[in-house]
Amino acid sequence: MFAYIIRRVLATIPVMVVVALFVFSLLYLAPGDPAAVIAGDQATPADVERIRASLGLDRPFVVRFSEWAWHIIRGDLGISIFTNLPVSRMIAQRIEPTLSLMVVTLVLAVVIAVPMGVVAAWKAGSWIDRAVMAFAVLGFSVPVFVVGYVLAYYFALGLDWFPVQGYTPLSQGFGPWLSNLVLPAVALSSAYIALIARITRATMLEVLQQDYIRTARAKGAGQRTILFLHALKNAAVPIVTVIGIGIALLIGGAVITESVFAIPGLGRLTIDAILRRDYPVIQGVVLLFSFVYVLVNLLIDLSYTLFDPRIRY
Amino acid sequence: MLHRRSLLTLAAGTAGGVLSLPALGRPALAQGAARTLRFVPQANLANFDPIWGTQYVVRNAGMLVWDTLYGVDSKFEPRRQMVESEEVSSDGLVWTFKLRPGLKFHDNSPVLAKDVVASLNRWAVRDPMGQMIRAIQNELVAVDDATFRWSLKQPYSKMLLALAKTNSPCSFIMPERIAKTDPFTQITEFVGSGPFRFVRDEWIPGARAVFAKFDGYVSRDEKPDWMSGGKRVMVDRVEWVVMPDPATAAAALQNGEVDWWENPISDLVPVLKSNRNLNVDIADPLGNIGTFRMNHLHKPFNDRRARRAVLMAMSQEDYMRALVGDEADLYKLLPSFFTPGTPLYTEEGGDILKGKRDYDGAKRLLKEAGYAGEPITLVVAQDQAITKAFGDVSADLLKRIGMNVDFVATDWGTVGSRRASKAPPSQGGWHIFHSWHAGADCVNPASYTAMRTNGDQAWFGWPNNSAVEAARDKWFAAPDLAAERAAMAEMNRLAMEDAIWGPTGFFMSYQAWRKNVDGVVKAPIPFFWNVTKS
Repeated sequence: MFAYIIRRVLATIPVMVVVALFVFSLLYLAPGDPAAVIAGDQATPADVERIRASLGLDRPFVVRFSEWAWHIIRGDLGISIFTNLPVSRMIAQRIEPTLSLMVVTLVLAVVIAVPMGVVAAWKAGSWIDRAVMAFAVLGFSVPVFVVGYVLAYYFALGLDWFPVQGYTPLSQGFGPWLSNLVLPAVALSSAYIALIARITRATMLEVLQQDYIRTARAKGAGQRTILFLHALKNAAVPIVTVIGIGIALLIGGAVITESVFAIPGLGRLTIDAILRRDYPVIQGVVLLFSFVYVLVNLLIDLSYTLFDPRIRY
Repeated sequence: MLHRRSLLTLAAGTAGGVLSLPALGRPALAQGAARTLRFVPQANLANFDPIWGTQYVVRNAGMLVWDTLYGVDSKFEPRRQMVESEEVSSDGLVWTFKLRPGLKFHDNSPVLAKDVVASLNRWAVRDPMGQMIRAIQNELVAVDDATFRWSLKQPYSKMLLALAKTNSPCSFIMPERIAKTDPFTQITEFVGSGPFRFVRDEWIPGARAVFAKFDGYVSRDEKPDWMSGGKRVMVDRVEWVVMPDPATAAAALQNGEVDWWENPISDLVPVLKSNRNLNVDIADPLGNIGTFRMNHLHKPFNDRRARRAVLMAMSQEDYMRALVGDEADLYKLLPSFFTPGTPLYTEEGGDILKGKRDYDGAKRLLKEAGYAGEPITLVVAQDQAITKAFGDVSADLLKRIGMNVDFVATDWGTVGSRRASKAPPSQGGWHIFHSWHAGADCVNPASYTAMRTNGDQAWFGWPNNSAVEAARDKWFAAPDLAAERAAMAEMNRLAMEDAIWGPTGFFMSYQAWRKNVDGVVKAPIPFFWNVTKS
């Protein structure tokens, strides 16, 4: 298995190279000019041209890409065109809020969605099942920002239980940290809960028809043991896969959620960078996201061995 | 259909009702927060070099950290700020300035004349008025630690205005070591002598910027008036909290999580006005002027008749309503290129924008200009509420006068680069784009880049009209107010006759702040001195 892990980690390198080349090319071809944004609306074309030259944006694609790639190889993500700060520092400033949001969302989603799906499968066809499925459809259909506004209206403005916006670092206390994250995490997890609940239900329905479940029942195993020990463990592989795939969903959703709740995370950093054409920041963040995604998928693959002893790497 | 904006209004509206109840503040936030003023700025402070980056938000933040030699008051008069006295030779060629004693930078080093010289040299490369002075400059030198001299080849009567103006870039004074940075390269140290220090360690671009009171600031012993007078700091810290979502900013203001919001969108203003804990008022009485910019290099707008056709049919009422809705107090029709309500304002030659709109006349003029249905490339930034609203109205206007509109919906970053292209519209160029100018920049021609008509050197669209340029020169040479007025009237008339671009109207916006905050003034820039929070 260790060799497998090494192989998979090494396999991420060509993936990252392709991502880097793709992102760089896309940004190079995309319309827009950071120099024009920097110069301001009143600047003359000559001013814009001079700023472009000072930023090195007038150099050919190959030169710029080679230079950037060389820096990346040495672990240097470059300097933001706008802030003049190292991209790695800007990412470091923003990673905690995003990571916190994603972890809380993930925990919330799994803790709610898996039991929901299990119960829905157990009570298939009942009102409980229909309620769970109705919730799932709602969770998919209502955009994250709408859920966010509704939650903020009731629980922040109305009841004053949580703040409307912002982020408190974990270092300032668990309570304030969690208080800032509850509403955004609930908003962000709605679609995720729906996805996991549906998959859990579908997989569980299939597993519950299997012979070994009938055998377990015949042996007198309790309902809870059958559902959570025999059935859920066998249904775990597709569920875990969906949780992994959903990380991409979370990354996309975090961009919107961070804007709605004014959380200074990577999502907002990405949006700001795209709107201003801050190429080094966009490239750095996209590389980070793709690396995280590849890494999560690796972890998911490895976790299969925990649920299914037949899987060996 | 439920639009996102409608949802925001609904949510914020209901919230307003809830929050009108007493006991609004979150205790944890209220406690000990009186010395920190939390402000939601108009945009993200992405960089902090007010000479390198000339966005208004950078200028506004710069005003806290860097002081200026002069500052305009609410009557647009330049007043001494860092300068104690000035002397101009009888021929108007030599200006000698003396600095106030005791001025200190945030690193506690004294402000010296050599710092001023370096700062002015850097500023003059980027600023239109500075460039004019540089063009006629003999030398700019430090005479001693407190005195500097600017010698010119010909008189420049607007010298004090150039050093006092609010237009970006302002002539902020920095230490010499910083000011020696190339004007097209960003500075890396943010040390000024203004009333606040920039707390760089707490700066998260896109999220937060913090300014702390500078105890070593020497305030003038005068009544404050915009950029001039005493700048007394009444809070320990000013925190800029960037909020990209207006509904979130509205909710945070109502909830007491922030104290002052620079630019509430008009949809949310009724909600804010209904909250008894908030003040809502005009932010900047000088407002903004909307622009319909045409490309003079390509058909049909290389023909004056085509440009005039647009102005004949343009309904400013439509543009303004699209932008501010029913808030009639927020806009004025503007048969002029200049800011209404200011001393030099003129409507000379503005009749083409007044009265009933003449669509048939516009069609006739277009025909005379040889327009035969070619696509008109209208490039519209959809991520800016102002340009989006203007773009929709323009598309309708152009269709009404028989033009074939190629509506390019894009973002501001793309407009910023595409408008610089002189290529034909079918090859990546453009015919029309929208923008707006701060009214403070349009009070006179001093820094009004959009009014230049010097062809290739002019602002995007590149109008070429030597008569307008000559009228501008007359304003700069004007010896008194009457001569300035006459020059501006001539300039407005000539520019209207040539339809160098189309003003879409004058509009203002609101600002909102909590009632425990006092000292907020109406001005082109949010000023943080003399603002208290209880």
